[in-house]
Amino acid sequence: MIALEKRPQPSQAWTWATPVLAVLLTMLVGGLMFAALGTPPVEAIRTIFWDPLFNPQFASYSRPQLLVKAGPLILIAIGLSLGFRAGIWNIGAEGQYIMGAVCGAAVGLAFYPAESVLIFPLMVVAGALGGWAWAMIPGLLKVKFGTNEILVSLMLVYVAESVLASVSSGLLKNPDGMGFPGSRNLKQYPSGANPELIAGTGMHWGVVAAFIVVILAYVLLTRHVLGFHIKLSGAAPRAARFAGVNPARMILFCLGTAGALAGMAGLFEVSGPAGQITIDFNSGYGFTAIIVAFLGRLHPVGILLAGLLMALTYIGGELAQLMLGLPGAAIQLFQGMLLFFLLATDVLTNYRVRLSNKAKGTV
Amino acid sequence: MDLTSINPVLLIASLMVSATPILLAAMGEMVVEKSGVLNLGVEGMMITGAITGFAIAVNTGSPALGFIAAAAGAAMLALAFGILTQFLLSNQVATGLGLTLVGLGLSSLIGKPYEGIKSPTLPRLDLGPLSDIPVLGRMLFSHDIMVYFSLALVAAVWAVLKFTRAGLVLRAVGESHDAAHALGYKVVRVRLLAILFGGACAGLGGAYLSLVRVPQWTEGMTAGAGWIALAIVVFASWRAGRVLVGAYLFGGITVLQLNLQAAGAQVPVALLSASPYLITILVLVIISVRGVHGAPASLGRPFHASH
Amino acid sequence: MTGTLLSLSGLTKAYPGVVANDDISFDIREGEVHALLGENGAGKSTLVKMIYGLVKPDSGTMTLRGAPYAPAEPRAARASGVAMVFQHFSLFDALSVAENIALGMEDPPKPRDLARQIREVSETYGLPLDPYRTVGTLSAGERQRVEIIRCLLQNPKLLIMDEPTSVLTPQEVEILFTTLRKLAAEGTAILYISHKLEEIRTLCDHATILRLGQKVATCTPAETTARELAEMMVGASLKAPEAHGRTPGDVVLEIRDLSLPAPGDFGTALRRISMALRAGEILGIGGVAGNGQDELLAALSGERRSAPDAILFKGQPLGHLGPGARRRLGLLAAPEERLGHAAAPDMSLTENAALTAMGRKGLVRNGLVGWGRAEDFAREVIAAFDVRTPGADTAARALSGGNLQKFVIGREVMQAPEVLVVNQPTWGVDAAAAAAIRQALIDLAAKGCAVIAISQDLDELMEIADRFAALNEGRLTASKPMAGLTLDQIGMMMGGAHDMEAAHVET
Repeated sequence: MIALEKRPQPSQAWTWATPVLAVLLTMLVGGLMFAALGTPPVEAIRTIFWDPLFNPQFASYSRPQLLVKAGPLILIAIGLSLGFRAGIWNIGAEGQYIMGAVCGAAVGLAFYPAESVLIFPLMVVAGALGGWAWAMIPGLLKVKFGTNEILVSLMLVYVAESVLASVSSGLLKNPDGMGFPGSRNLKQYPSGANPELIAGTGMHWGVVAAFIVVILAYVLLTRHVLGFHIKLSGAAPRAARFAGVNPARMILFCLGTAGALAGMAGLFEVSGPAGQITIDFNSGYGFTAIIVAFLGRLHPVGILLAGLLMALTYIGGELAQLMLGLPGAAIQLFQGMLLFFLLATDVLTNYRVRLSNKAKGTV
Repeated sequence: MDLTSINPVLLIASLMVSATPILLAAMGEMVVEKSGVLNLGVEGMMITGAITGFAIAVNTGSPALGFIAAAAGAAMLALAFGILTQFLLSNQVATGLGLTLVGLGLSSLIGKPYEGIKSPTLPRLDLGPLSDIPVLGRMLFSHDIMVYFSLALVAAVWAVLKFTRAGLVLRAVGESHDAAHALGYKVVRVRLLAILFGGACAGLGGAYLSLVRVPQWTEGMTAGAGWIALAIVVFASWRAGRVLVGAYLFGGITVLQLNLQAAGAQVPVALLSASPYLITILVLVIISVRGVHGAPASLGRPFHASH
Repeated sequence: MTGTLLSLSGLTKAYPGVVANDDISFDIREGEVHALLGENGAGKSTLVKMIYGLVKPDSGTMTLRGAPYAPAEPRAARASGVAMVFQHFSLFDALSVAENIALGMEDPPKPRDLARQIREVSETYGLPLDPYRTVGTLSAGERQRVEIIRCLLQNPKLLIMDEPTSVLTPQEVEILFTTLRKLAAEGTAILYISHKLEEIRTLCDHATILRLGQKVATCTPAETTARELAEMMVGASLKAPEAHGRTPGDVVLEIRDLSLPAPGDFGTALRRISMALRAGEILGIGGVAGNGQDELLAALSGERRSAPDAILFKGQPLGHLGPGARRRLGLLAAPEERLGHAAAPDMSLTENAALTAMGRKGLVRNGLVGWGRAEDFAREVIAAFDVRTPGADTAARALSGGNLQKFVIGREVMQAPEVLVVNQPTWGVDAAAAAAIRQALIDLAAKGCAVIAISQDLDELMEIADRFAALNEGRLTASKPMAGLTLDQIGMMMGGAHDMEAAHVET
């Protein structure tokens, strides 16, 4: 009989070992799944995790993609991690990402075809504000009325998708687009474009922003009194109120920051890699970022690594789709499994597993 | 706009059909929450049920087998949630989200070969003379068996919770797992059973979407129905009768907005298609202004019998 | 009083790092009231849980009326005629009295019959109770009646009572004792767990004393002095706190007509509370649990705001200020619940030190926390209050109750408060730590700090307080000098007039 015994304090070693264990378990079970789908498991795993980085045939294309995909994931996940630490469950980052892209692109397109160095920074601000405002809806509703932020933020994803569908065939539609839905391509508008900064690296302003945000979040969480209060709010909400933390302000800060970062991520995406607002502009980064945040243990450095790993599964997944005919959905499932295994192995952080020859008192 | 093209009899008839998936899922989730567990994976379980039911129905030609498989498949997924949250003590919110992500991935993986196929669907139940009553017969007595099953389920859950010992124990476990444990009740076992029941109900709801309401398989076809089911449980203050009211209200809104779109109403399509979600938010706000009452006191709290 | 009902022989139960019960043997006879006496942590609850089937002994046996008795679960214990009234955690607030009682029965009758039986039993034993009331709306005394009636409906042979009087007023205690004596006279044996010596001397026929998991003695309490019992329980003579001859200074804290609505469905509203507190005095606030203690602390700590001039600190209104601002002025507090309220369980002692000392100890500069300084402060508290811990980086939850409580109280005391409010400062703490904490509060007052000690332990208040007031349904009585108050007067202050109609027991 296996019994769990609570550790006097969380194990530091397991805190960092469980994500690794979860990745290994996911590879193992994922491999079995690939085998069941008729794909040789070792080859599939190699195609996903190794080839994008080291296979000379693909690496030149795939390596830059790593940063392109990791940038938005990290930006969004850092914002989400603040809320998750404080016990505030914003799961509508996808909607905030869309609204950031729409607002930022709208500002850029409003200036078209004027050229100025101020336009792009203005777009970034507009993107952040768009995401921030979208996240403020569940925030204010929770603060004012106590409405559940999980459901409201999630519902707003569907609303944002409706808005996206509407503007891409309405307000923001390319007047020179011969009737096709979708906005002008911002990549062809120098003042509004978010170009690759160093050729062949995939580095764009969004990636730069992601790295800066990682550092800021690290300082916030380890040194700043606000970071301490965020952690306290999640670990012991009553103790946080006793310490003098204002829960309403905490909710608005966490949701607002997450929304602003997701909105910025959306803007960097629409003005860079995606180029234009289209009806299927969003690709689920807002949801994958939830996995990234947990896999990175809600820690900025962990999120950086987890974001890169998750980006790798995206690129590797595409490659496997191309080379081995693996269904695209398999990668989605793969990512979900990763979160599941992480949550399952997480028990080791807080509990010691004991094998005893007699049954526990009661279960 | 031509409002006369909206026929109230057909509206109510299709309201019942459109509400049934959410009603099934919400009933299941209500029982889960009554036991003190918050499973946010309803969406994932529903869509897993939708594809499992669809695949089995297509392959066997039997919608009945499809529904059974859907319940079983979604319950398996719920079991994973149960093991994680009840034995491995993982965070219920995070695990529920994970369940949704896994369910969405799993369903689109299984569903690839089934896109664009038509499945056998449920026949209307012949209620003899009842179906022949003018107006009412068309409105209420000309549905398939699952519509009536879902209504019977509401009555059954209500009666079990109110009158039986099993229902009392379930409520007690959700109210205070420590007290229930001290009295010798098997908290984890009760919760696992509730989680399995919730999974099976969500699976049936999903299968109803893919086998009756649509009836077809498309990726992500639940489109938030699972989340709306969660909202309805809150709206209903954890009471079976009010879950029915909530689900039918919601079904009505969905049908009405589809009818308005078809009738060419002078309202932007984006607003109409977002309206179910906006109204859900509105309802949640109204509920919270009034004050959320009746939430099981142990809802979402992990239980570990220390000694 | 005839033969042996339950016989325990060599019961042993070990948890990792601690032997909770070590080779315990004694007998309980039919129809006797048997006391189980010991400090917190002596192993009383583990022993009782074994008898009630919640915990399995590692070794040892029990026999009930000569037959082997090894309940696998509480259900089996109840089936054998063993019932238990818990101190905490066994009622369901949102359910009715009848539903609560049905949950504790193996084979509950139909709801209507059950309601009738509840009324019958409650009248027989002088414990009035409405079967259809929601338990969350009952007072602590009434909640206990629910538990007792739940047990009595099963006609138990052995009734276990875990610290039953800790939630009762002295008058309610009298009613309870009458009920218990009546039960014992009818042949029900009662295992009575307590650490209150006078109670045991008046009520119990025999007493078994536990210390550090071992049985140290069995005696007849009526023939033993309270002092002897205490020494057997603690194992050494305890130093009583030094006498206090303090002269109060100026008024530092004044509460005027403070009213606050109840915080939740089952909380208590504060109703027109007024009082004045002088520098250098200790005001003891008594009252049965759930009469507004938590709410009063929250109103004083700043967790809940009120009208600005409902609370005056040296004449300055601060009802509208939050906890941080009040701390900076010198009004500090230590709530009852250590884990999760006074301290964050999973955080280190350093972080927990910073939790309230951020402002007064200057731990923050330009928004950045000086964790080095926070650790120094945590170490100071650990050293000054003799907190047993491997170090300042240990998580709060890893400490024993007594050590964490010393840390929590020490953290506030060492910030040199001008007013300190504590709620249940020694709840669930071993005697040595309790004595240290009481001494610290007395010393603090001697230095001129005004102290409000909210406590349900009347002995504690009699020991440390200069004045006494009681909370009853959110109202605070006028305060009276502690010296000269009789137990009866205290009981009247605590009980108000409600809840007293229960006193008619048919004998």
